[in-house]
Amino acid sequence: MLEHLPALQVAIALTAAPLVMMFGRATRLAWAVATLACWASLAVALMLFVQVADGSVISYEMGGWAPPWGIEYSIDAANAWVLVIIGLISAIVMPFARQSVEQEISESRTALFYSAFLLANAGLIGITVTADAFNIFVFFEISALASYALIAMGRDRRAILSSFQYLIMGTVGTTFLLIGIGFLYIMTGTLNLGDLAARLPEVSDTRTIRAAFGFIAVGISLKLALFPLHLWLPNAYTYAPSMVTVFLSATATKVAIYVLLRFVYTVFGFEFSFVELAMAWLLMPLAVLGIFIPSLVAVFQTNVKRLLAYSSVAQVGYMILGISFASALGLTASILHLFNHAITKAALFMAVGCLVYRLGGVSLTQLAGAGQRMPWTMAAFVVAGLSLIGIPLTAGFVTKWHLLQAALEGGLWPIAVFLLGTSLLAALYIWKVVEVAYFQEPENPDTAVSEAPLGMLIPTLVLTASTVVFGVFGNFTVASAQTAAAVLMGAAP
Amino acid sequence: MEWLGHYNYWVVVVLMMIGFYIVIAQGNLIKKLVGLNIFQTSVFVFFISLAYLEDGTAPIALEGVSEYSNPLPHVLILTAIVVGVALTAMGLALVVRVQETYGTIEEDEIHQQDDLH
Repeated sequence: MLEHLPALQVAIALTAAPLVMMFGRATRLAWAVATLACWASLAVALMLFVQVADGSVISYEMGGWAPPWGIEYSIDAANAWVLVIIGLISAIVMPFARQSVEQEISESRTALFYSAFLLANAGLIGITVTADAFNIFVFFEISALASYALIAMGRDRRAILSSFQYLIMGTVGTTFLLIGIGFLYIMTGTLNLGDLAARLPEVSDTRTIRAAFGFIAVGISLKLALFPLHLWLPNAYTYAPSMVTVFLSATATKVAIYVLLRFVYTVFGFEFSFVELAMAWLLMPLAVLGIFIPSLVAVFQTNVKRLLAYSSVAQVGYMILGISFASALGLTASILHLFNHAITKAALFMAVGCLVYRLGGVSLTQLAGAGQRMPWTMAAFVVAGLSLIGIPLTAGFVTKWHLLQAALEGGLWPIAVFLLGTSLLAALYIWKVVEVAYFQEPENPDTAVSEAPLGMLIPTLVLTASTVVFGVFGNFTVASAQTAAAVLMGAAP
Repeated sequence: MEWLGHYNYWVVVVLMMIGFYIVIAQGNLIKKLVGLNIFQTSVFVFFISLAYLEDGTAPIALEGVSEYSNPLPHVLILTAIVVGVALTAMGLALVVRVQETYGTIEEDEIHQQDDLH
């Protein structure tokens, strides 16, 4: 049983998806089964995480076919970390989802909705566990197809158009990835990531391999919404149903960043990516622009969901910035931020979900007076907002601190100053929301607006509390991120 | 005339650019999907070309045959075709919904009704 955990990780969500679909109008039952599947996924992820915490690698032969001919699932400290993020977020978002989905999705579609959610979940997990390049492409498409359906179920009619935009850009991205994988296959005759890493050095000084690197890097950058390839993200996050925004913002881009790390560090190797192709010189300017411009755009948004979506693009910039330092410390900061940003942004979007539930929308004018009427929800928003800014004692601070150290270690003090400056921009856009919610009178004070229902409030508060817990007791997450970074910088998986 | 020997790769490049251009330049959502399909098909042709071997046959052990085409890219592309079909179906379903809600599938006419940045 225990040795089959890697396969189980994907299988649970994948088998639960058609099961959930069959419940039809028994929406409570559909929700319960989906929730159980998510919790089981989290349990498996944690068990795998504990097993590889010492830096060891679990290799699983799918169907008993030995790699490199068969498909291999390989778990090490880096992808176990991402599995825990996916597991944790899906396990927390499901209790939150019940009431939110009841309000936002028509009853006849609820079972289908949960089914699509589980497929998206399974796809993301699959991308993370597999050690086969073509498998990564297939799982990317599984999660993407399910995400398009989920986003299109938003209440606003613009959701359909946003989903279509995402479909076009996402498909171009994954097709680029496929072209890159094709190039790698001609030159090496293998698709297994470890095997590719072993065979690439012989042929790496060819135009084909450099082209493969370009195609793969651009394809994944589209999926992870690296500025300026982020255009699909703000619309998709703004118009998707609340729980979909929570889940996608916390996991989808993170998994794509993991795939980038896997290709850059494990498959192509540090030497090829950073020394020979000087990737840092491309990534750093994009990261800096990608932090600054979306942060600035976020300041001028009037819809809070859209504001946070632009902030997500900026946060992806921080993760890419960490990678572009090309040092162990920078990589640690990036891996750390995968987790810290996931919990922070999920908590923020959950608070927004609560506001949407009671107020019907989250344009700034609708939020007026929310501080008095929904005190717990807004308190969660403020605390998670502080973590987003990077105030000490929150999770966001732990990553900012490591990014700062990495910048200073590389002698890049302008970047360090820049980091502090952009935190002010984050403070500005969070403050904009706080000001309206606490210091403005509600538009129509007569209508009674009460606090969000407990079923939604409790998951929100738990996740918000965790941003503080992982801020105060950051040692655990930092140690895990260091192991993950060491594994990535080290040998092949 | 050596470059003619690789003419299928030239076809791949031309198809890819045609497809990509349609995706970017066309405002009609159906045409965008058509472009996306051409773009993907070019990648399929690319993979199939990789597997081709002059005088190679299907990979079945037969007497007097020593050269086989590589079956793996064929298998990969079968999967990719399925993915492509699913994507097209998803895209078309979305276009149907767009037509129902906006009454048009021309991008500029949609943007006149709804401001989508």
